Amino acid sequence: MNLTLHVWRQKGPQDKGKLETYPAKGVSEDQSFLEMLDDVNEELIKSGKDPIAFDHDCREGICGMCSQVINGKPHGGQERTTVCQLHMREFNDGDELFIEPWRARAFPIHKDLIVDRTALEMVMQAGGYTSCHTGGVADGNALLIPKPVADYAMDAAECIGCGACVASCPNSSAMLYTSAKVSQLAVLPQGKGEAKARVKEMTDAMQNEGFGNCTNHYECQEACPKGISVKFIAKLNREYMKSMA
Amino acid sequence: MILDGKTPTGPIEKTWDKHRFDMKLVNPANKRKFKILMVGTGLAGGAGAASLGELGYNVEAFCYQDSARRAHSIAAQGGINAAKNYPNDGDSIYRLFYDTIKGGDFRAREADVWRLAQVSNNIIDQCVAQGVPFARDYAGYLDNRSFGGAQVSRTFYARGQTGQQLLLGAYSALTRQVKAGTVKLHPRTEMVDLVVVDGVAKGITVRNLITGQLESHWGDAVVLATGGYVNVFYLSTNAMGCSVTAAWKAAKKGAFFANPCYTQIHPTCIPQHGDKQSKLTLMSESLRNDGRCWVPKKKADCDKAPADIPEEDRDYYLERKYPSFGNLAPRDIASRAAKEQCDDERGVGPGKRGVYLDYQTSIDRVGEDTIRERYGNLFEMYEKITAEDAYKRPMRIYPAPHYSMGGLWVDYNCMSNVPGLFVLGEANFSVHGANRLGASALMQGLADGYFVIPNTIANYLAGITPGTVKEDHAEFKKSIEEVDASVNKMLNINGKKTVSELHRELGSVMWEDVGMARSDASLKNALKRIPEIRDEFWNNCNVTGEAGELNQQLENAGRLADFLEFAEVFAKDALHREESCGGHFRTEHQTDDGEAMRDDENFAYVGAWEFKGVGKEPELHKEPLKFENVKLAVRSYK
Ligand SMILES: Cc1cc2nc3c(=O)[nH]c(=O)nc-3n(C[C@H](O)[C@H](O)[C@H](O)COP(=O)(O)OP(=O)(O)OC[C@H]3O[C@@H](n4cnc5c(N)ncnc54)[C@H](O)[C@@H]3O)c2cc1C
Ligand code: FES
Repeated sequence: MNLTLHVWRQKGPQDKGKLETYPAKGVSEDQSFLEMLDDVNEELIKSGKDPIAFDHDCREGICGMCSQVINGKPHGGQERTTVCQLHMREFNDGDELFIEPWRARAFPIHKDLIVDRTALEMVMQAGGYTSCHTGGVADGNALLIPKPVADYAMDAAECIGCGACVASCPNSSAMLYTSAKVSQLAVLPQGKGEAKARVKEMTDAMQNEGFGNCTNHYECQEACPKGISVKFIAKLNREYMKSMA
Repeated sequence: MILDGKTPTGPIEKTWDKHRFDMKLVNPANKRKFKILMVGTGLAGGAGAASLGELGYNVEAFCYQDSARRAHSIAAQGGINAAKNYPNDGDSIYRLFYDTIKGGDFRAREADVWRLAQVSNNIIDQCVAQGVPFARDYAGYLDNRSFGGAQVSRTFYARGQTGQQLLLGAYSALTRQVKAGTVKLHPRTEMVDLVVVDGVAKGITVRNLITGQLESHWGDAVVLATGGYVNVFYLSTNAMGCSVTAAWKAAKKGAFFANPCYTQIHPTCIPQHGDKQSKLTLMSESLRNDGRCWVPKKKADCDKAPADIPEEDRDYYLERKYPSFGNLAPRDIASRAAKEQCDDERGVGPGKRGVYLDYQTSIDRVGEDTIRERYGNLFEMYEKITAEDAYKRPMRIYPAPHYSMGGLWVDYNCMSNVPGLFVLGEANFSVHGANRLGASALMQGLADGYFVIPNTIANYLAGITPGTVKEDHAEFKKSIEEVDASVNKMLNINGKKTVSELHRELGSVMWEDVGMARSDASLKNALKRIPEIRDEFWNNCNVTGEAGELNQQLENAGRLADFLEFAEVFAKDALHREESCGGHFRTEHQTDDGEAMRDDENFAYVGAWEFKGVGKEPELHKEPLKFENVKLAVRSYK
């Protein structure tokens, strides 16, 4: 199939940037979206143009590197799918696609589709851990964690930290990302002790880093390639209230 | 040169404890004065940097991704081994040790493997303390599953995302140290040279991937935890950015490269769909717990829908060939068996390079819901890539390059032959011999990072004065000039082929000639082709853009340039090793029924190569392997 791509090109953070149009020809439906872009890049190189810069690494939907907005939807809008896992069979011959980077105040653009996600790191540094030391910890079975609790923690822990939730939110809030870590550690006996300080510090960091507030649009849950539920945002809010008490 | 692995002597079960007592310590007040450079933040590097920071060392950590959390360890699916024996099925440290030595086809050092088995239990405890949500039963106890090459259930897991959860645990520990100020992170930074002063590792040269600037970093010790090199095959299960670059730069500065020909081809990957593909996707080995491998008995049936092939016309070839391990035969054996069936023209799917992995028997036994619970995310991933529903129709799988057992040579302390240069995780050669068992790479990465390096590095640092060499030393300037010259050379080739076209060419030579089955003729062909592709790279590649900017073509070109030098040593190693062992299968050395034939008399050694310059013969150094606690035996899984 043949497609027309309108791709955001921006040389650096200071550059204004604009959409450029390129054809994508002879695309096979078994190719992934990024393999389609690889081919477009090969053509650009052969015609003496600068290839499109985009983040990617594992190409199996787990590292959280890839980050593109396709036709207004982070990761292209297919349910529970990162852009590297999106396959061309989801598209039709003649389609016109608009490909843009994550857009949020907290994510300055480095180049083309590559953004700076340091702000997400800062939120984690504020408290996304248990303060255990290497060595000298208890046996893994010393504290029992019944399956439903372990499953709940795992549901939250599946976050890949890509930032699609931020990119999809009208307020550019990082609430889903923050709440996933807060919830995971709040329900586990190993994380409970620090729960109060953690929720406070991570929420503060989120605000300081330039992410917006959550006003319950729930676009984040739609966009999340791991299907992280907004129930964790409710959990964060409850944990936050508890921490004030 | 005969290499000395410096393994402690005495009863094996005491070696690590005794060694820890014998090693020198660094006084807590002095730790801060030592700067340690940790290159890589995967399981090995992340765990190591966090633990060293916590001890009070001054740590700087580097990775090429934009966050430490994105190292390729994140992609590990199936699980991590430990000798906890929670299921009471007869496991022990000795059994884990024995299985690993045997699984590696008797080509690893006994003491290193013993230590790995010994600390495996601490790893699970450590991860639980960090909040890693391992699978548990309703009462709350940790759950286990089985993996290939073992007859006990010793694998701990977190759904199909064990690597992710373990890495996020290590990342959280690292993050805590970053906040505490003991570790400084340098993401989007690639190591492009090792700086050696008077024969001792004293720092690195890096390229800032955002600005393109080259920078110097001094350190009292340099630790490489930079992962594996199977992207030399181009198509593999590794991430796109995985490379041999850091290890190869060290090799060019004198570090020996051990057993490069030991690479693992994983049996359960999604078959290739076409020639435009950029990578192959693994389907976790844990799937073989409940899935049965088969191909049609008759060639004529290969194009039929699998449901139309009756039970009696199916060849469950692993169960037939290896009745006691069946579908859980180790990886090298399962991969070769799949290749044999396809070579026999009984493969299925596009190009007939595929075998079925069938869940029907298990679905009938335990129900679809249980299967979904165990492997839901893998089935989902399979469907995204192939548009097929594996609950309804058997998966198609085929072997793919996956893991490198070879790596930089290290002694028992994880130190290379270059003093001050340590190597951890997949980047070193230490514990897996010629074949790695499932769920033991995660174990090794975390063992090296949490429990080995914090002890052994002290022994080295206690013997040196901190901060004697800084960035103003002439060697740093020289290194930057050399890297700069090489970058400019690449940018000025102005040829016709793209970096990825040439990488594909290298990959296809490596896969055809140095892949699952190697022969004298194929290896000699590879040794002719590799220098030709390398020449073409330096004369006819088109590396676009500039040095002083974010330039992904330049990054890929630099990695390919290193693969093109490394590949030659890899093929030479395979050619010199006139035996079949583990992942290294020489067609000349097999039994009548196609099983590998080891030659313990002549090849029970580690082959460590010293690089002597491009186009020059590398020199082979040997470390003889002694087996005092296991008996060398033909490895049988029948
Ligand atoms: C798909 C897949 C599934 C797997 N499943 C399992 C499993 O179930 N169980 C198991 O035990 N093992 C599994 N493995 C193997 C295991 O995941 C790896 O061997 C292990 O995680 C490697 O860890 P590491 O820390 O050595 O390297 P990595 O995690 O690869 O980390 C390498 C680090 O080095 C950095 N780096 C590399 N080069 C440079 C450079 N030049 N400059 C700066 N930084 C650099 C990277 O940025 C990264 O931080 C799997 C592997 C794959 C690919
Ligand atoms: S590239 Fe890793 S999640 Fe897409």
